[in-house]
Amino acid sequence: MTMAHLTAFNISVDFPLYHSDNRSLKKTILGKASSRFAQDHKNRPVVQALQNISFTLRSGDRLGLVGSNGSGKTTLLRALSGIYQPTAGSLSMEGRLVSLLDPGQGMNMDLTGRENVRLRGYFLGLPRAEIDHLEADVEDFSDLAQFLDLPVRNYSSGMVVRLAFAMATAFPPELLLMDEWILAGDAAFMEKAKTRVESMVRHADILILASHSAMTLAEWCSRLIWLESGQIKADGKPMDVLGRYLPEHQFQELVVGMNAVNSLPSTK
Amino acid sequence: MTELSPPDTTLKAFRKQSHFTLSADRGWTQRFQLAGTDLKDGVRLWRLIWTLAFSDIKLRYRGSALGPFWLTISTAVQIGAMAFLYADLFHTDIHTYLPYLTISIILWNYLNMLISDGCTCFSQSDSLIKGTRMPFTVHAARSVVRNTIILAHNIVVVVAVFVIMGVHMSLYSLLAIPAFCLWLIDAFAISLLFGAFCARFRDVPQIIMSVMQIAFFITPIMWYAKILESHPEADLLIRFNPFFYILEIIRGPLLGTPMTLDMVLKALIVSATLILVAVIGFARTRGRIAYWV
Repeated sequence: MTMAHLTAFNISVDFPLYHSDNRSLKKTILGKASSRFAQDHKNRPVVQALQNISFTLRSGDRLGLVGSNGSGKTTLLRALSGIYQPTAGSLSMEGRLVSLLDPGQGMNMDLTGRENVRLRGYFLGLPRAEIDHLEADVEDFSDLAQFLDLPVRNYSSGMVVRLAFAMATAFPPELLLMDEWILAGDAAFMEKAKTRVESMVRHADILILASHSAMTLAEWCSRLIWLESGQIKADGKPMDVLGRYLPEHQFQELVVGMNAVNSLPSTK
Repeated sequence: MTELSPPDTTLKAFRKQSHFTLSADRGWTQRFQLAGTDLKDGVRLWRLIWTLAFSDIKLRYRGSALGPFWLTISTAVQIGAMAFLYADLFHTDIHTYLPYLTISIILWNYLNMLISDGCTCFSQSDSLIKGTRMPFTVHAARSVVRNTIILAHNIVVVVAVFVIMGVHMSLYSLLAIPAFCLWLIDAFAISLLFGAFCARFRDVPQIIMSVMQIAFFITPIMWYAKILESHPEADLLIRFNPFFYILEIIRGPLLGTPMTLDMVLKALIVSATLILVAVIGFARTRGRIAYWV
């Protein structure tokens, strides 16, 4: 079995600002000496969403992404998923990747949960027997019971999350990318999700998680990258990075919280 | 709590196509390679394309008693209303005019929908495109398949009209099959090309719709091409009208009207040009579509 790995080399993503009045916009944004705005080689104004992002992940790595709103976390996840072709740099990976970027992604809200599971099976190119297996697994893990036969439109946001997570991890991907909405599940589901991610990572796979919750990042991740204005500001062990990222009192609370969790007798 | 099933290492899906690289734009060789891979991966997802297209139709008519057969009824009503009025206006025999109008209108509606849906095939799938890496050809094919399912519902009208009007079919009609295959390829090319172009320039769909409206009147659909024989200047309308050739290669065999080699060649030239432009256009824009939608 080949080992999963993921390498991002100098990835930059520029968003061209179309659909807007070029000249006045140019004056406004270039007038201010901001690090995010620039012009591309055709003199069009662009937002530099990511600049020179480089890192390498190997089997067993669990990378967390922190940063304020608009720091480029979701864009980085999209670029790593191969959705945005980078403006510069390159991406290389080994292993099957599943990205959970927004809860309803790839789901048709008017179809039932079950129909969406089958769509997913077709997307993965699975034979019929494995689609049945997928359906059974999702049914079991998501605990949606009869809701699985209702259109996804009628689900609560937590239920959509459960369905999406169950579908994404039913066949454990070798690389799993998740955005912060996964935290919308209730406590019982979070516990289940964590167990599943852990079992996935135990089987030598890679997780990348963007989140605002310091507690989740500290618990789930083995490495943290702090993004600011589309650039890597810090990269290292979770507690080291969080120590710099969080305000002093929040970090103290986190340390206390972590100690409390670690001292609890294991529930398993 | 549910016990976790251990990862099933026998799963084939687990192993295949696991290597993936993507770099910034490196020129035409890479662009054509990526477009080729996109097409290859799209073909592999035919079941997904079929299910997506089919559920589009199913959902549109959910809760309605007749369901998708409203498509058939509305076509029948449109043709029925037009046929008797125009047969009278043009002083033609309803027994030849009605089959002609039926085939023409149904084919034109199909073409019109292929183009208008093709324009929005990427911009409508924005959440799919931004949510997961999926071949772009899937979205284009979905639009083609969806409209072909609609066409299939309308064939009932054609059969009914042909039976009522006693139209004779011969083996010559089978020539419509290769012509129809050409239509499918053209429609796929149009969706890829116009879909990308319209995702970038949001005014283009409206412009295209206006053009299609004019094309409906200047193409022999409601009227016969032979009316123009006595008007040399107006003849230009059909001589430089790509829609005419494309329509005629299916309509001719079905109605049993003779087909010239010239007509077939021109239809092939129109298609070849379209496919060439679409391949280049798609290869050029593919990497940018996700930024545009």
